[in-house]
Amino acid sequence: METKPSICFYFQVHQPDRLRQYRFFDIGNDSHYYDDFANRTIVRRVAQRCYIPMNNLLLELISTFGKKVKFAFSISGAVIEQLEMYVPEALDSFKQLAKTGCVEFLAETYSHSLSSLVSQTEFEKQVKLHSALIQKYFGKKPKCFRNTELIYSDEIGAKVAKMGFTSILTEGARHILGWKSPNYVYTNPINPKLKLLLRNFNLSDDIAFRFSDRSWAKWPVNVDKYVDWLNDSLKDGEVVNLFMDYETFGEHQNENSGIFDFFRALPEAILNRTDIEFCTPSEVAKKHHPVSALNVPFAISWADEERDTTAWLGNELQNEAFSKLYELEDKVIAADDEQLSKDYMRLQESDHFYYMCTKFFSDGVVHNYFNPYDTPYEAFINYMNVLSDFILRVDKRLKQ
Amino acid sequence: MKVLMFGWEFPPHIAGGLGTACYGMVRGLAYHDVDVLFVMPSASGDEDERYAKIINASDIEASDVRLDHQEFLEKVKFLRVWSNIVPYVDPRDFSTLVEREKMAQAESFRINFKQKYKFSGKYGSNLMEEVVRYAMVGGTIATQQEFDVIHSHDWLTYMAGIAAKRVSGKPLVIHVHATEYDRSGENVNPDVFRLEKMGMEAADKVITVSNLTRNIVINKYGINPDKVVTVHNAVDFSGRDNLEIHRGVPEKVVTFLGRITYQKGPEYFIEAANKVLQKYPNVRFVMAGSGDLLNRSIRRVAKLGIATKFHFTGFLRGADVHKMFAFSDVYVMPSVSEPFGISPLEAMRTGVPSIISKQSGVAEVLKHSIKVDFWDIDAMADAIYALLKYPALSSMCSKKGLEEVNALKWNNAALKVKDVYLSTLK
Repeated sequence: METKPSICFYFQVHQPDRLRQYRFFDIGNDSHYYDDFANRTIVRRVAQRCYIPMNNLLLELISTFGKKVKFAFSISGAVIEQLEMYVPEALDSFKQLAKTGCVEFLAETYSHSLSSLVSQTEFEKQVKLHSALIQKYFGKKPKCFRNTELIYSDEIGAKVAKMGFTSILTEGARHILGWKSPNYVYTNPINPKLKLLLRNFNLSDDIAFRFSDRSWAKWPVNVDKYVDWLNDSLKDGEVVNLFMDYETFGEHQNENSGIFDFFRALPEAILNRTDIEFCTPSEVAKKHHPVSALNVPFAISWADEERDTTAWLGNELQNEAFSKLYELEDKVIAADDEQLSKDYMRLQESDHFYYMCTKFFSDGVVHNYFNPYDTPYEAFINYMNVLSDFILRVDKRLKQ
Repeated sequence: MKVLMFGWEFPPHIAGGLGTACYGMVRGLAYHDVDVLFVMPSASGDEDERYAKIINASDIEASDVRLDHQEFLEKVKFLRVWSNIVPYVDPRDFSTLVEREKMAQAESFRINFKQKYKFSGKYGSNLMEEVVRYAMVGGTIATQQEFDVIHSHDWLTYMAGIAAKRVSGKPLVIHVHATEYDRSGENVNPDVFRLEKMGMEAADKVITVSNLTRNIVINKYGINPDKVVTVHNAVDFSGRDNLEIHRGVPEKVVTFLGRITYQKGPEYFIEAANKVLQKYPNVRFVMAGSGDLLNRSIRRVAKLGIATKFHFTGFLRGADVHKMFAFSDVYVMPSVSEPFGISPLEAMRTGVPSIISKQSGVAEVLKHSIKVDFWDIDAMADAIYALLKYPALSSMCSKKGLEEVNALKWNNAALKVKDVYLSTLK
């Protein structure tokens, strides 16, 4: 019997711990680094506009279609902590989704960090912490991995496989795929047991970026059109992976764009008009046979036109901040202090480096979203002041 | 004696040292029985008026001046020469544009003078336009007020001074705090240069803040040495106590404070900092201020990999400036060209030993500070290292420096300025 094609929705949920205006004068005097007011305000707003209404919509769909609809989430440790503190009702609604059995929760680094690029120890530590957190809140240990911003390379894949994961999500980057289609399952060339699910960026971005773009020739998107595109795309391939920020719903695309109505109607149209089945990432990895290994010698991601890591590590400011941060790793371990370890993880959030990005072209809009700084330089100055204070604390602790 | 003085800023609203210098000078002049009528754009009302009457140029209504435009325009005609409001694109359109412009000028002139032209009073993109408008108002004020001498500070106000001189026939003293060569190196803005030269030529006397500047005025602007007089700036710290601050950082702090522009030589400070850090890790460097080279400086610091030891604060004002000095162990002023440079005096007043470039006017009056060539980063690094490492040196510089600075009084400088006034009245 021929296997039916699949569709796999995965949503990324993350909010950073934005830093407060941290002056040189504060170094050594005040070690509270975070802009609590902004963080609380933003996470509450996002929960009201996106997390809660969209969770309700998914619950509604699940109660209508049962196990015929499936979704996946990756929720960073950072946002879980914020939700717990500021909007516990949103966290409850995620828990409710977990109970339906139609939703898979994926593993990632606890603080949405870039540790996979530099430090095996820190990376493993963060992944373990995150998996434990997911198990605690949502009852299941994750089996499928997705790295921060879908960053992936052969090497990272091999590490992840060693840690016991059987599948990983990444970008269907054109420069990696060449003539190949993202609509198949691939494997890691070093460890073929690890299955690769590739994001179909055209169909994902039709929703995530272009949904309300009136200058786009194909605007407006409606359910019929979109199902046609899905069918077209699946002429070549077995699975369409639609990976996007959860904030797409209600934040990036606001409610008035009709994004909620679109998503409410989409599953019914897919189930009625096609033989496509909804799957979670782990189900996709099990159901579809890999077609070949895929070589990714250099790290890719889902960011920007380049689909590489230059959004975080593309200029000297970012490189300096990043290398100074990870130089501290051994010291922080030696210091063995709970508060220091916590701050160290928060300072690793990739967002801090994203704010220092100097590529301001087509992706500038996304870069500016939720960005507390006017310029990358301000972001750098502020971050380095905080980091300098952090270094002082670590050294002080080590002397004790 | 009464002086009509044209400035651009006055405490507390200042973007640079000019406002502070004007304030000290005006106080000193008051001490020597010289009345000052201080004209500045956009006076906001909270300036210190104990020593000078402040006239807000935006408040001047010229409607009570007889509307004899023709006569007035005759006297101040040159004022519009470089108003760069209309960019001429095509020679064929030129004449029509000029005609239209002529009419518009007559109209705007009437409107300007009847309706109180609004000055922004900030160094901005339409600076030239403002300079011209300020000059027009300057001319009007000169017809309304009684005074003996006109005194203009820096190129922004030279035109106003000239206009006042033309209208009143009173002698003009211009005060050169900086020249275009200091601000921009060899890339001088020709419009600014011409304005400066015009001011110096029209003046009866030119006061420069240092011999360094005097030489520039004589050699680059071709001004007759006989009419150029140096009056070194002073500082006035009366009534200011040193701040009690809590220092959070255990390391010593080396500070650069000023506009981060070509003139101030920030890149030499960064390179010297890098050299010091290789040898002596127990130190932090701070670059306080902002300017067009800020971003480049940040990139350079990141590239050198010293960003956890080299900090930026952005623009500081008021109490934060004093706080910064109080935080510091060494102050460095690596200016490429500094007509005077008051900031090392502020540092020394706080007991902070300073390193100053030989290319600064203040080097002519200070003995107890370390002087290096701005480009000599080895010497600069050496001096920083020495001040950090050898307490005997730093305590000596600190103690003697304080005495030296306290002897630089505006009252003395103001007396010299008064002498210049008197020489123009002979």
